[in-house]
Amino acid sequence: MKILVCISHVPDTTSKINFTDGDTKFDTNGVQFVINPNDEFGLTRAMWFKEKQGAAVTVVNVGGPETEPTLRKALAIGADNAIRVNTEAKDGYQVAKQLANVVKEGGYDLVIAGRESIDYNGGMVPGMIAGLIGANFVTNCISLEIDGTKAKAMREIDGGKETVSTSLPLVIGGQKGLVEESDLRIPNMRGIMMARKKPLEVKEPVDAGTETASVKFEKPAPKGAVKLIDADNVGELVNLLHNEAKVI
Amino acid sequence: MSVLVYTESEQGKFKKTALEVASYAKAVAEQMGTTVTAITFNADDTSVLGNHGVDKVLKVTSSELEKFNANGYASAISQAAKKEGSKVVILSSSADSKYLAPLLAINLDAGFASNVVEAPSNVSPFTVKRTAFTNKAFNMTTIDTDVKLVGVSKNAYGVKENAASATAEDFSPNIPELGVHVDSVDKVTGQVTIADAEIVVSAGRGLKGPENWGMIEELAEVLGAATACSKPVSDLGWRPHGEHVGQTGKPVAANLYIAVGISGAIQHLAGINASKVKVVINTDPEAPFFKAADYGIVGDAFEVVPKLIEKLKEFKAQQ
Repeated sequence: MKILVCISHVPDTTSKINFTDGDTKFDTNGVQFVINPNDEFGLTRAMWFKEKQGAAVTVVNVGGPETEPTLRKALAIGADNAIRVNTEAKDGYQVAKQLANVVKEGGYDLVIAGRESIDYNGGMVPGMIAGLIGANFVTNCISLEIDGTKAKAMREIDGGKETVSTSLPLVIGGQKGLVEESDLRIPNMRGIMMARKKPLEVKEPVDAGTETASVKFEKPAPKGAVKLIDADNVGELVNLLHNEAKVI
Repeated sequence: MSVLVYTESEQGKFKKTALEVASYAKAVAEQMGTTVTAITFNADDTSVLGNHGVDKVLKVTSSELEKFNANGYASAISQAAKKEGSKVVILSSSADSKYLAPLLAINLDAGFASNVVEAPSNVSPFTVKRTAFTNKAFNMTTIDTDVKLVGVSKNAYGVKENAASATAEDFSPNIPELGVHVDSVDKVTGQVTIADAEIVVSAGRGLKGPENWGMIEELAEVLGAATACSKPVSDLGWRPHGEHVGQTGKPVAANLYIAVGISGAIQHLAGINASKVKVVINTDPEAPFFKAADYGIVGDAFEVVPKLIEKLKEFKAQQ
């Protein structure tokens, strides 16, 4: 089985978010970049397939050379090889087009992406890849078993979960639950050394326009100070929620 | 030319989000000088949609689409959009709508903006405000394609009344190969889900153990709220993963979010930023959550929560 894991290079979850150039660009100053957490669950699941069932695992990213350390980390975790599509990611559609092209050229059976990236949260790339290549698609995926060309997956739905059957080729939008957080792997020294020797192919992008454009960013309005209520006067909270906040 | 809106229903009844997206679609239609058409799947009485701005309803009745199927629904909605000549298609931000939206975007060659929180600030170029960086910022986005697809964040626009009536007609789309088949659905019934809740009561490690969740559930019941939890709590297995709120858990855009015994890690706060009013109850006055909250009580949850339940019961009795 050939597995492609899509890796988004995103600001660390604790990053302070700031903008430059008249609030039109994300300020990367002092920001640590990491593998998108939702993708990390998918990468670990791909490692499991590789070790238990036999699979070749390629990781892919759309971005400039600055994203390569993130791909190297994925190689250190255990992916066999990496592809970087050498173009700036502009919108979900343009990224999906590039990734769909990689899938077509590489003939992958299973594509694992995160349900969304924690920067733009669009949640559209995995589904668009599936739409573009005509593969089956399951998102919010919290478990995945493959038997030959058949797949069984569980996905989180509002208020519960759903078990589905489908077949390869398949695109998954994965999230926490696909593996447990305690099973996520941290690259060890051997992995890091080996990752340096693993192939990282740089692919030139295919022609793909964008469908949306980011005009400007805004930060939420600064919040007023918290109104503290005495623990012995809980009734006051009920009063404020009813009369002031008008939420009960 | 009308604006098309996908209105979700469950067991024949419309969800509250259906009325919210219909209200949103009406606002867009007014800006564009056109009407609103809704598409429904196996819904019973569609007249309520008229009261929220819908002029026409396309009713799909299909045993094949009895259970939600992203491919099948996306195909049917795209056929409806083509039939109506719709340039704008609107859906909600439920798990199902987010599932089908990218497939629909490809079917219609439509640019897609998700997590949209306001009516368009301009329809030419079509400009919407959406959340980004897990609610730590907003992004003004233009959709530059001929057909535009908009996913509206829950509780962001609100349900608006509009006394009118909607005509209904049957619509029979061609149903494609579904590809993914539902074997079973495991859903908690009779409880408010985080996704549908206007009020969420959430608790963290400050509760000391899963055996103490009874009072959280009671507080939620009094308020008609859903229960949720912080990440450490779901990691410890005290509560199911589905209740974990935060950056890698569920985002919450409730009208009221009550956090009990949660210190307020940045990842948790990112998940609840979109909620309108935040209340925090914590013993530690230095807990970061107090900086993000509107109302706070510094106190022991085991003393404060039972008192709060009692006061809320008195309040409800008076209403």
